[in-house]
Amino acid sequence: MLWKLVRHYGRPYWRSVVAVLVLQLAATLATLYLPSLNADIIDDGIARGDTGYIWRTGAVMLGVAIVQVATAIAAVWFGARVAMALGRDVRKAVYSQVDGFSAEEVGRFGAPTLITRGTNDVQQVQMVVLMALNFMVMVPIMSIGGIIMAIQEDPGLSWLVWVSVPLLLVIVGLLVRTLMPLFERMQDNIDGVNGVMREQIMGIRVVRAFVRERHEAQRFTDANAALTDTSVRIGRLFVLMGPVITMVLHLATAAVLWFGGLRVDQGLVEVGALTAFMQYLLQILMAVMMGTFMFMMLPRAVVCARRIGEVLSTSGSLREPVAPRVPERQEGRVELRDVRFAYPGAESPVLDGISFIAEPGRTTAIIGSTGSGKSTLVNLIPRLYDATGGEVLIDGVPVTEQARASLTAAVGLVPQKPFLFSGSVADNLRFGNPDATDAELWAALDTAQATEFVRDRTTGEGEAARTGLDSAISQGGTNVSGGQRQRLCIARALVARPRVYVFDDSFSALDVTTDARLRQALTGYTRGATTIIVAQRVSTITDADQILVLDEGRIVGRGTHEELLATSETYREIVDSQISAEEVA
Amino acid sequence: MSADRANRKRGRRALRATDRRGQGADDAGAITDEEIAELQDSVGPDEWGGTSAPRRAKAFWPSAKRLFATFGPERTGMTLVVVLVVVAVVFNVWAPAILGDAMNVIFGGLVSAQMPAGMTAEQVIDGLRATGQAQAADMLSGMDFVPGQGIDFAELARLILIVLGMYVVAQLFMWLQGRVLNDIVMRVVYRLRQDIEAKVNRLPLSYFDTRQRGDLLSRTTNDVDNVQQAMQQAFATLVYSALTIIGIVIMMFWLSWQLALIALVALPLSGVVVGIIGSKSQKLFTAQWKNTGRLNGHIEESFTGHELVTAFGRQQDMGARFDERNEELYEASFRAQFYSGMIMPIMQWVNYLGYVGIAVVGGLRVATGQMTLGAVTAFIQYSREFNQPLGQVAGMSNMLISGVASAERIFELLDAEEQDPDLADQERAGTLDPAGRRPADLARPVLGRIEFDHVSFSYTPEKPLITDLSLTAEPGHTIAIVGPTGAGKTTLVNLIMRFYEIDAGAIRLDGVDIRSLQRSVLRGQVGMVLQDAVLFGGTIRENIRYGRLDATDEEVVAAARATFVDRFVHTLPDGYDTVIEDEGANVSAGERQLITIARAFLADPALLILDEATSSVDTRTEVLVQEAMAALRTDRTSFVIAHRLSTIRDADVILVMEHGDIVEQGSHDQLLAAGGAYHRLYMSQFTAGVDLDAETEALSPGTGALPVSGEGTVPAGTGPVPVVTGPVPVVTGPVPVVTGPVPVVTDPEPDESGIRDR
Repeated sequence: MLWKLVRHYGRPYWRSVVAVLVLQLAATLATLYLPSLNADIIDDGIARGDTGYIWRTGAVMLGVAIVQVATAIAAVWFGARVAMALGRDVRKAVYSQVDGFSAEEVGRFGAPTLITRGTNDVQQVQMVVLMALNFMVMVPIMSIGGIIMAIQEDPGLSWLVWVSVPLLLVIVGLLVRTLMPLFERMQDNIDGVNGVMREQIMGIRVVRAFVRERHEAQRFTDANAALTDTSVRIGRLFVLMGPVITMVLHLATAAVLWFGGLRVDQGLVEVGALTAFMQYLLQILMAVMMGTFMFMMLPRAVVCARRIGEVLSTSGSLREPVAPRVPERQEGRVELRDVRFAYPGAESPVLDGISFIAEPGRTTAIIGSTGSGKSTLVNLIPRLYDATGGEVLIDGVPVTEQARASLTAAVGLVPQKPFLFSGSVADNLRFGNPDATDAELWAALDTAQATEFVRDRTTGEGEAARTGLDSAISQGGTNVSGGQRQRLCIARALVARPRVYVFDDSFSALDVTTDARLRQALTGYTRGATTIIVAQRVSTITDADQILVLDEGRIVGRGTHEELLATSETYREIVDSQISAEEVA
Repeated sequence: MSADRANRKRGRRALRATDRRGQGADDAGAITDEEIAELQDSVGPDEWGGTSAPRRAKAFWPSAKRLFATFGPERTGMTLVVVLVVVAVVFNVWAPAILGDAMNVIFGGLVSAQMPAGMTAEQVIDGLRATGQAQAADMLSGMDFVPGQGIDFAELARLILIVLGMYVVAQLFMWLQGRVLNDIVMRVVYRLRQDIEAKVNRLPLSYFDTRQRGDLLSRTTNDVDNVQQAMQQAFATLVYSALTIIGIVIMMFWLSWQLALIALVALPLSGVVVGIIGSKSQKLFTAQWKNTGRLNGHIEESFTGHELVTAFGRQQDMGARFDERNEELYEASFRAQFYSGMIMPIMQWVNYLGYVGIAVVGGLRVATGQMTLGAVTAFIQYSREFNQPLGQVAGMSNMLISGVASAERIFELLDAEEQDPDLADQERAGTLDPAGRRPADLARPVLGRIEFDHVSFSYTPEKPLITDLSLTAEPGHTIAIVGPTGAGKTTLVNLIMRFYEIDAGAIRLDGVDIRSLQRSVLRGQVGMVLQDAVLFGGTIRENIRYGRLDATDEEVVAAARATFVDRFVHTLPDGYDTVIEDEGANVSAGERQLITIARAFLADPALLILDEATSSVDTRTEVLVQEAMAALRTDRTSFVIAHRLSTIRDADVILVMEHGDIVEQGSHDQLLAAGGAYHRLYMSQFTAGVDLDAETEALSPGTGALPVSGEGTVPAGTGPVPVVTGPVPVVTGPVPVVTGPVPVVTDPEPDESGIRDR
């Protein structure tokens, strides 16, 4: 998966990759040339006492060094370009993909992991690509080139190369292979320890209330012991690595000296060549070592690439219709016909056999207990989910056959969890309609009973202070209270002036007075449009034109408030549990 | 394509603009410096690529000293480590010199082989001078050879073996010290973690309430990891590298001070290079961080608010903003990587300069007999070995600085004031105050009679909350506590559970002062359902079982059925084995509440405290839960803090609280008839409707329940707590809101800013 990802997104940059390869090649060759020049100094300069030669060769060495650094830096430039561009493109791909998800796919993954996959995981892959371009090109060239050069200096000693390089490979390879699973285990251990600590701190009240301190402490000790055990093991292996590898290098050097000395004595090789050989051998061994360590970085990137791949290979289940239909009469009439919705693999469906019509200019209310499926139902209307059975129609045309743009224009949603985006209040309100004028924004705020607090609101200090519509909303909307957030979300839907308003439990954070005032103002503002309200409080919905009582995914009652009082026991139970008229007397 | 290019241009311009204005490009979404600090807190150093700016400790040396003090018990081990390192360094540094001698043996032997045997060295040299080969004579005069001998292999072998021996010892010692040090560090970190864990359990609740949970979490996880890493890697490497550098410098000067100077000239040069490029790349990394934060923030919003983006059809806009920020990040990170990537080639180049210099000058000096070839070879090896420790010292000191900063934060936590230990523990430790209370225990069976005796309490002295409160709750009674928000109802619970200690008076359970009881005994008798539904990671089954760890599966399911958890569990694909995630898309807020109720149900305690728990559950389910609870409540005292008059209606006693005092006690009918505070409260629900027009009033003459917070939309307490609007007796304004000095966060949604996403 990693390779596929890299190949696909790296393809547009093949030219830069080639540049990197070429430049790295040049840089490495330059690096390889230097010991050879040094050998010349010794053999042809010192041995013959030719100081002039020494100076000249020195100058050449300087030139080569300059070439080396120039090409190396250029290679870094291209390498960074490719890696970062790849990261950018993969990020974009993930983002676009998630964009096309339906609420179901987002729910299936969960927003947090999607965020991680689009950010941290891409980062990992990007870093590996960068490192690969920087080092993994250099390593084979250095190794092979070094081998060639070394053998060139003294073919008779080449057997040293064939012995020491594989020896090193084997040793380092073994170490790395033993380390890899340990690293994974350590990651799990860390997650374990941190997880226990986190639960304790976040849920400290519960831990103490249930007198679970000792239980938690034991859990922690176990996790801590596991982590320490793994860390110690890893540490011991690591500690072994340095000395062992260094010993191999030293042994190689000693061997060169001894056997090389023999050959020098026999006149088979010159001293300078011997020094060069020694340096090349060391270069080769270092390169091999670096290469092996680079491989340690791969597994994590492989995991990340897989996670990214999972996102990229999931296509949104909401398919845009091939030939979108636009409803002839755009009044905002919503109809559900025998709608059913079930999560894949669930025992019972969340919704079953739901049929009703919400007429324009009227209010349809939905009430029911927790888990009765209310939110799922209303989420079907703006087509955040697709029903698994039956049809959802707006103005006579099924939502599956309407274009997203047409649905957006038709339905305004105020979701259960009020969510605001970072930006100014005006930015958030204009989310529904980017072309809304300030006057329109204030009109919506008035209806949502939010004028006062927005008008008096100031964020920032001194020069950066902003008031009213320009005041800033922080990420997640945390700098406004729950009730204020709800009202802003309501205003946002109002600005859009859709034909259908869907309020999913949108008045719950408001006190009774504000709730009543808001709904009264709404009646005026939304005249002619269809209003669908999901509510907990009976007082919110008593004046609805049609109330649907939902229980365990089915409609068990339908009618006006009075009708239901008379006919539906479930409804009566609900009303009874809230204050009824008789009590007052 | 052109859109991309346009975005790229925009990205580049934006980046340049940031450069020009310096840090703090101002717009609503900009990242402030505090946020950067927060980011650093929440994210580990390697998560977002590039080096993070090392944390700075507030008081470096005291914290560093204290950190090393934690190694105190390991003193012998540490001494051993240092000794081993020193010996290893000595051998490591000495060996190349001997290798140089070996090289000389070879070269000398080579040269001497060309000479006629029988002559002495001087004779050969003089002979050369006589024949006009002054240069050759000069070179030979610096060498040690016996004419005609050839390479002295015995000597060569001896030298090589000595060198190998030295290296073997050196590496062996390095391995040993590494091993010993590793074990030591792991032990120290293990103890540190245990200390933290123990401390967390001894800290008073006020500590947690007055701080950001995320920050606390960071200290116990990220900071500990940081310290471990610093100790493991930085410490050992620093010592070794520092010693090696010193050793190498000494050897270099000993061999040839001229060459040493050349080699060392590289030092300030590379220092300058690293300094310039390093600081520039540090700035670029900060910019990269900022951009990463902005982009990630946008991604977070887009994905979390995905349904809104879809419903309002704003994909294009959000996508455009993403492209812009993505591009900015690309530019910033590219530049950061480029600059930092330059450092190594340049350092290497400086090294090469040195290498060239040494090769040339060394070669000259050998040719003129002032130095041996072996010395030059050794020198080259030294200069190569010189750079690595240099770089490591720089890198590791950063890590060490960061580690000390983390240690400081941990010590702050460990130094925090603890809650008073249980009296029974004090007695055991012999620290019991003879004039004070004695430890006591409850008589079994526990009846559940609670008595408040002139109790006073406040979170901060300036704002008194509860003054002179007295009440008695008989066993089996349901006590409903009502009142305008901020009246101290949650605090009452905090005091019964002894989460906070009272300032004056006494609270008694079955006649025993709760301060004489062990906390575990007290809390074991009280079952609590909190306002926020805190569940732990794990399955639904495990969470319910938390109420009583030894409960059987049947008991768990029975509790679930009694609290209507069972019903919705069957609509979930995995049933009871469904794992509850923190962002819990699979379980709604109301369902979480039910699970916490099931948990308390299973615990089967003598005293029940329901703290606005049922407000997140809709009214219909609440009725059913109440029925189940009612069955459970016989012979058990229950405190109910709720805002729904339906809950309160059926209570045996209603306590009306205002300003922390009980202003009225009685049953629902009694209080209504009395026409006092309760009556006022009750009526305000209906007089609120008077402002509306008659039509609305006729239709809903009194169907308003008390303001409730609905499913899960408890005001997020991650900011300044909103103040109640309006004069106190009338309950307008969003509820539950607390006036007064309630500590910052009672975390309805656990603050996760401090958690590293792994």
